[in-house]
Amino acid sequence: MSTDKLQKFKKRIDLIFSDVNWKEILDKALKTSADDIIKELIASCIRGRGGAGFPTGLKWKFAAQQKSDKKYVICNADEGEPGTFKDREILDKQAKKVFLGMAICAHTVGSDEGYIYLRGEYKFLVPQLEKELEEFHKELKAKKLDFKISIRLGSGAYVCGEETALIESMEGRRGEPRNKPPFPVVSGYLGKPTVVNNVETFVYTAMILKDGSKQFCELGTKDSRGSKVFSVSGDTPNPGIYELELGMTLDEFVELFGDGDTKAVQVGGASGFCVPRRKFKETIIGFEGIPTGGSMMLFNSSRSMYNVLHNFLDFFCEESCGQCTPCRVGCQQLLKGIVAVKAKEKPSKYLEDLKGMTETMKSSSKCGLGQSVPNCFNSIIDNFKEEVIY
Amino acid sequence: MSKSSFVAEAVKKYGQDRESLMPILQYVYEKKHYLSKEDMQEVAEALDLSSADVYGTASFYSFLDTKEKGEKIIRVCKSISCDLKNKEQIISAIESKLNIKNGQTTPDKKFTLLETNCLGWCHKGPAMLINDNVYTELTPEKAVAAIEENL
Ligand SMILES: Cc1cc2nc3c(=O)[nH]c(=O)nc-3n(C[C@H](O)[C@H](O)[C@H](O)COP(=O)(O)O)c2cc1C
Ligand code: SF4
Repeated sequence: MSTDKLQKFKKRIDLIFSDVNWKEILDKALKTSADDIIKELIASCIRGRGGAGFPTGLKWKFAAQQKSDKKYVICNADEGEPGTFKDREILDKQAKKVFLGMAICAHTVGSDEGYIYLRGEYKFLVPQLEKELEEFHKELKAKKLDFKISIRLGSGAYVCGEETALIESMEGRRGEPRNKPPFPVVSGYLGKPTVVNNVETFVYTAMILKDGSKQFCELGTKDSRGSKVFSVSGDTPNPGIYELELGMTLDEFVELFGDGDTKAVQVGGASGFCVPRRKFKETIIGFEGIPTGGSMMLFNSSRSMYNVLHNFLDFFCEESCGQCTPCRVGCQQLLKGIVAVKAKEKPSKYLEDLKGMTETMKSSSKCGLGQSVPNCFNSIIDNFKEEVIY
Repeated sequence: MSKSSFVAEAVKKYGQDRESLMPILQYVYEKKHYLSKEDMQEVAEALDLSSADVYGTASFYSFLDTKEKGEKIIRVCKSISCDLKNKEQIISAIESKLNIKNGQTTPDKKFTLLETNCLGWCHKGPAMLINDNVYTELTPEKAVAAIEENL
């Protein structure tokens, strides 16, 4: 097995979970001007680690440019994508580094109030986070940075990870995504400019300021700079959390994590893509290939890809907020459709009709949830059609 | 403590702004394990909202039940990684231990058994929550032991 190789790999990058002198990094950041911090982040080419991959430096720059009496910094810890569990681990092991990234953001954009939107499933973390926050706030006070972080809990709704749904939820409403624009950096929480970043993104921003953008840029590829934390599960002898360079091929990934019989990898969770074995070599994990918020699920040849697709569609039917028709009805029809084809109540060519419907979902759903259901559907149907039909 | 005083407590703690609605509902839910019609009406009055608005918000969230549930809610993860690790066996073991079916509450209102979407423990499946506590790498025996621990 590849365990030796894996050990070597694990040692190579250690930015997220390493212990650092956070007080020193905070000092350094507070002595750096907002402009210089933004420049450094833009030079690092870091893109958001929550899935959508928006350049973080630009996001902070837009927020800094807004004229407003009040701005907010929100850490998105809703982590609901099936197969993702890295944000929980980061908050469990290195919460201070997350707060640090948030404080640096506050200093950069001019905010005095921050929130961590933590999914209800992770409520058990609250006591330890509160304790760490107390210590952190003391240090901010000593350094005279007027910034306070509070925790808000979710209550079991995947769509609340979408940044505008998250804001709706924080405002005490149903977690229904808003139309964009306006983007949260212009009009977010309570209508004020708001930066929403993923847990991991905040830690990387702090590490980039500590080590400089050059070091970060040396990792990864032209389109996907740096490293990323992956959540590995499914049929693997090495499930867990790994920080790896971006831009590796799936072939390399499977060599490290596969059980010798890997038939497919679902990259990016239920809303990501299913890649079959014959495409491992040509598939790059990164923004130029298949981007992922970190979820990597391996399936070996004993698994039915029909069951996998059924599980994903069931998930989307439950988690669609129901606000727009293409997504609400589309999810249900896709699920019903594959069940009917399996039961021979519909001919196999009906799958083509369903694929046609996913075009509508992609183009006319209001948010990323409905827009990305076609990813798993089409990639499983295209690559494992026989398993869905027979 | 009378039921409704939980709402008063929560409002005192979190304030009367609309942004406080979720924390208030979560507080009452934690104390009572569900949100009754009366609770939601009381919250609506305190925050100067319509009860329909409060109900509309609460019912959106799967962790804010508006129907009476058991004191301990068991939520077994049904996402694909836990599914591959035989979460069905875990559910069967709990069903026979508590003598209820998935989705039901025990007659003594002690336990409710539910399934839920990804709990974020995919590398340690199968996983479940009993209220806020996490149980991972379950076997049928470990699941039954967890129930006994919560009796
Ligand atoms: C349905 C849906 C769920 C999402 N869930 C999350 C999540 O759990 N965590 C997260 O950081 N981003 C999530 N996102 C992406 C956010 O909308 C947003 O892009 C992200 O928080 C921005 O942070 P980043 O730039 O640091 O990645 C989700 C998006 C969609 C459409
Ligand atoms: S795409 Fe789906 S989740 Fe998004 S707003 Fe529409 S119904 Fe809601």
